[in-house]
Amino acid sequence: MMFTTSTRRSVRRAVSTAAALAGVALVASGCALTAGSSDGDATTGSGSDGEQSIAFVPKQLNNPYTDVVLGGGEEASKSIGYDYSVVGPLEASASSQVTFINTLTQQGANVIVIAANDPDAVGPALQEARDGGAKIVAFDSDTNPDYRDVFISQVEAKDVALIQIRQMSEQIGGEGDIAILSATANATNQNEWIEYIEEEVDTNPDYAGINIVSKVYGDDDDAKSFQEAQGLLQANPDLKGIISPTTVGIAATARYLSTSEYKGKVALTGLGLPNEMREFVKDGTVTAFALWDPAQLGYVAAYAGQALVDGTITGAEGDTFEAGDLGERTVGADGIVIVGPPTEFDADNIDDYDF
Amino acid sequence: MTTSHALAPALGTGRSPFASLVRQREVPVASALVVLVIVTTIANPLFVSAQGVKDLMLNATITVIMAVGLGTVIITNNIDLSVGSILGLVAFGTGSVFAAAPDIPIVFVFAIGLALGALLGAINGFLVTVARVPSLVITLGMLYIYRGVNNAWAGGQQYFAGDRPAAFGRLSVDTVLGVPIITVIAIVVVVLVAVFLARTRPGRDLYAIGSDDEAARLFGIPVSKRVLTAFVLNGTLTGLAGVLYASRFNSVGATTGTGLELDIVAAAVVGGIAIFGGSGSVVGAAIGAVLLTTITSSLTALNVDKFWQQAIVGVLILTAILVERIASIRKARRLRTSEATNA
Amino acid sequence: MPEQTTTPSAAGSAIDPRRASSASRDTAGASGTAGDRDAARRDPESAAERTLRRRRLLTGRGAIMIYALLGTLLVCALTVPRFASVQTTGFLLLDAIPILMIAMPMALVIITGEIDLSVASTAGLTSAAMGVLWAAGWGIPEIFVVCVLIGIGCGALNGLLVTAIGLPSLAVTIGTLALYRGLALVVIGDNAVADFPPALTSFFTSKIGATGIPTAMIGVAVIIAFFGVLLHFSSFGRTLPAIGFSKEAASFVGVHVGRAKFWMFVATGVVSALVGIYWTLRYSSARSDNATGIELAVIAAVLLGGVSIFGGRGSIPGVVAGVLIISSVSYALRLGGISDVVLNVVTGLLLVGSVVTPSLIAVVREKRRARRAARDVLAASAADAA
Repeated sequence: MMFTTSTRRSVRRAVSTAAALAGVALVASGCALTAGSSDGDATTGSGSDGEQSIAFVPKQLNNPYTDVVLGGGEEASKSIGYDYSVVGPLEASASSQVTFINTLTQQGANVIVIAANDPDAVGPALQEARDGGAKIVAFDSDTNPDYRDVFISQVEAKDVALIQIRQMSEQIGGEGDIAILSATANATNQNEWIEYIEEEVDTNPDYAGINIVSKVYGDDDDAKSFQEAQGLLQANPDLKGIISPTTVGIAATARYLSTSEYKGKVALTGLGLPNEMREFVKDGTVTAFALWDPAQLGYVAAYAGQALVDGTITGAEGDTFEAGDLGERTVGADGIVIVGPPTEFDADNIDDYDF
Repeated sequence: MTTSHALAPALGTGRSPFASLVRQREVPVASALVVLVIVTTIANPLFVSAQGVKDLMLNATITVIMAVGLGTVIITNNIDLSVGSILGLVAFGTGSVFAAAPDIPIVFVFAIGLALGALLGAINGFLVTVARVPSLVITLGMLYIYRGVNNAWAGGQQYFAGDRPAAFGRLSVDTVLGVPIITVIAIVVVVLVAVFLARTRPGRDLYAIGSDDEAARLFGIPVSKRVLTAFVLNGTLTGLAGVLYASRFNSVGATTGTGLELDIVAAAVVGGIAIFGGSGSVVGAAIGAVLLTTITSSLTALNVDKFWQQAIVGVLILTAILVERIASIRKARRLRTSEATNA
Repeated sequence: MPEQTTTPSAAGSAIDPRRASSASRDTAGASGTAGDRDAARRDPESAAERTLRRRRLLTGRGAIMIYALLGTLLVCALTVPRFASVQTTGFLLLDAIPILMIAMPMALVIITGEIDLSVASTAGLTSAAMGVLWAAGWGIPEIFVVCVLIGIGCGALNGLLVTAIGLPSLAVTIGTLALYRGLALVVIGDNAVADFPPALTSFFTSKIGATGIPTAMIGVAVIIAFFGVLLHFSSFGRTLPAIGFSKEAASFVGVHVGRAKFWMFVATGVVSALVGIYWTLRYSSARSDNATGIELAVIAAVLLGGVSIFGGRGSIPGVVAGVLIISSVSYALRLGGISDVVLNVVTGLLLVGSVVTPSLIAVVREKRRARRAARDVLAASAADAA
């Protein structure tokens, strides 16, 4: 044998050390990336280098709807003069946002703007952030009111619900079976809208002939929503219409309907992005749907954050603040701020929008 | 102890052809599928309406193609956990290509998708064969890496059905003799790969490698080359699945394909492919894929609480492994006794 | 004594030089009289082996991972602002605890040559049960008991299928991964239960005094110590690498292979149930999709920590270091505002690199050895001819 066991062992150990050091070097380069990209000692503190910071925590990154909202938030942050950042998980799960909130607490962010995947899971972390002096603004999807200072709602929740059921009723002639295809079963915003829709169908005599036969959840996943739509139509052959109050759900359902025998026979409405839905409006699968301007949502959220930091508002009912170019906004009951009225889209105006 | 599929007829002396047909590995999973369809149809006849059948076939297509590819790798006693990430990359790549060059011939896009899938599969195969590291570890790492690349490349960008030519989208709608075009592609793939594995020298070598790679090497089989081929084949088929995904579904982006890998492994296992390699057929894997995708639709059509679906899939997988194990024990015992009586 | 082991696989170890020499260290001697065998079963190590093992504790792969961890922490503290602080310890460890806990029994399972992919689903099922029972008005102590029982049950099912029926653990635990997660969905559906007593939930996020270490780490430290002592200092623990290396040889020596593996699966189930409890109370939210996906993170960390996927080698300190390295890098990148995209790629590269590099080097060395051997033969025959 050329080498004794002990020589071989020490060679192997040296090699493992080299491998481990290589690993550390890899990690170091990852951390160095951190140092490089955070400009200087950028991650700010409460007044430590004079600049306030505002951090947006969306439900998940790489979501086109969220990106539009964040665009508005960034624009507002620049006008206000706050340091803007976005952090968030790649997957929208209940607990995935907590670790990001913790890092923001550690960095001493002044304002945290969050759309919660689950209203309670983020609670303790937000509380700790507040103890550290941060102001919490919830947007798009509310947290438990105990954990935030204000909630920016894109529209009056009830208005959104009313528009959707009205559009559906117009498209199916006022009576028939309909179903709802939502996002995740816990999503605060969707559940609120669905509750209003159900209430409206039960109480409004105009909708007496309408029946909600099923509610399914596509989890905001394209393929899953697609399959749920299939299932709806198989389980309920007399279905006249589907309401989908989520951009991913309505697009997936539209795609299924437009490639199946149900195109034009089953009505589809809900909340959708004009860019995503344009093709389906043009080919007749969808007649009309609604949304709002998501960028305004982020814009107002940023200004609300500033107002909280300045002390202009505390989240109490009746407080007012200036939301930049959009004018004055009032804090309503439960600390809710409404951004504006929803927009309805149909074949006539869909080309006017680009988001 | 595991035997190649091709040996089965040799054992059939004195056995009726029906008995050996029933002993084929695909029978349990195929019968399960037939029973499932029949039961569901009785409860809800819409299940086998024209639209219903078309939906079933379309739903299964992508899973079938991926199960065939992954099955080939599993037969060699390896595994590739990165298939979900590869699908995501190719699907997003397809969207990007169409967005950048809307008039590109669709065939070119297929070629690009297949090539990209083959490349990614080759990287996996290369690491497994040259570095001689267990494929579970390598492909677990590549799962993270490819997903990271997908996220970095796509960011928040998503491409929708409207960004792709209508003709491309119609591949998932138009039918040939009642079968959607993309399903026809899947069937062709299954046939080609099954023939490759059962009737060609390199294909049969894969079973030998899965049974005992040391013995295969001693026998003169170029193990590394064959295993690399299996990984490249898997990557190519996953690439094909990625292109077809972009045809069928609406959006492709950073998260496309996340979490698919365990579903595909489940399909292969349910279809009778032994997890330690050496036995099973891709036809079985294809049927397993159809079974698993049909269960989803079936439960919805039966109005069964969808919460039971995953539990049922779990039970199916365990049953399939049990059946496969019993079958291989009996086959080994038969081999031993037949050798003893022949000796 | 150590060099004379005659385990069957030693003969076939030409392709894997690691195995050839680790055979001498890790497996019990397989020869000897009945009396020797009894003594071997009770304490299968000689004094020489014991010294070797203790020395290896300081310089083996496990120890190297600890040095790598210290290096990582140093680099991150220097390059990421605010990393070197008490708050980091708290947040980082809170995030690391689930993975750290499950990594302990998982390491032992992988060392015996098996694997368990169903851990996250067991945790999810436990969380779902907690939610449902709490909403139904059960008391906390009773709920804890039920959760532990669930863990035992899930682990025992895995163990039975693998040891009594002999099914491959990879396939079985893929099946139970789906089954247990499915049961979690059946139990609690799409609901979330969030109104757990604040005293309990704040206990799980509380820290010990000014050190920043979470109070829950005390329990975790107990678990780490338990598995560390079990693996490294008990005679039962010494049989585990033997089983992983060659279960035939281990059973020849009198080790109850099936029983050992069964209890390892039960241990994994119990710890997963504890993680389910921790997860539910830390986030104050019982949901069916809690802890989804952490099985891959655990396995990545265990493999990074030096446990061989073939079975037969690995150490607890190494695994602890592996978990903390990945957790530190994640936290550091997030603290620095880097997207998780980079984190995914880094984790993957770490995993691939840590396994490929030693293997590549072994392959290169083997080729060089073969070439040198061939050259020697040629030189010898040239000398003969001359």
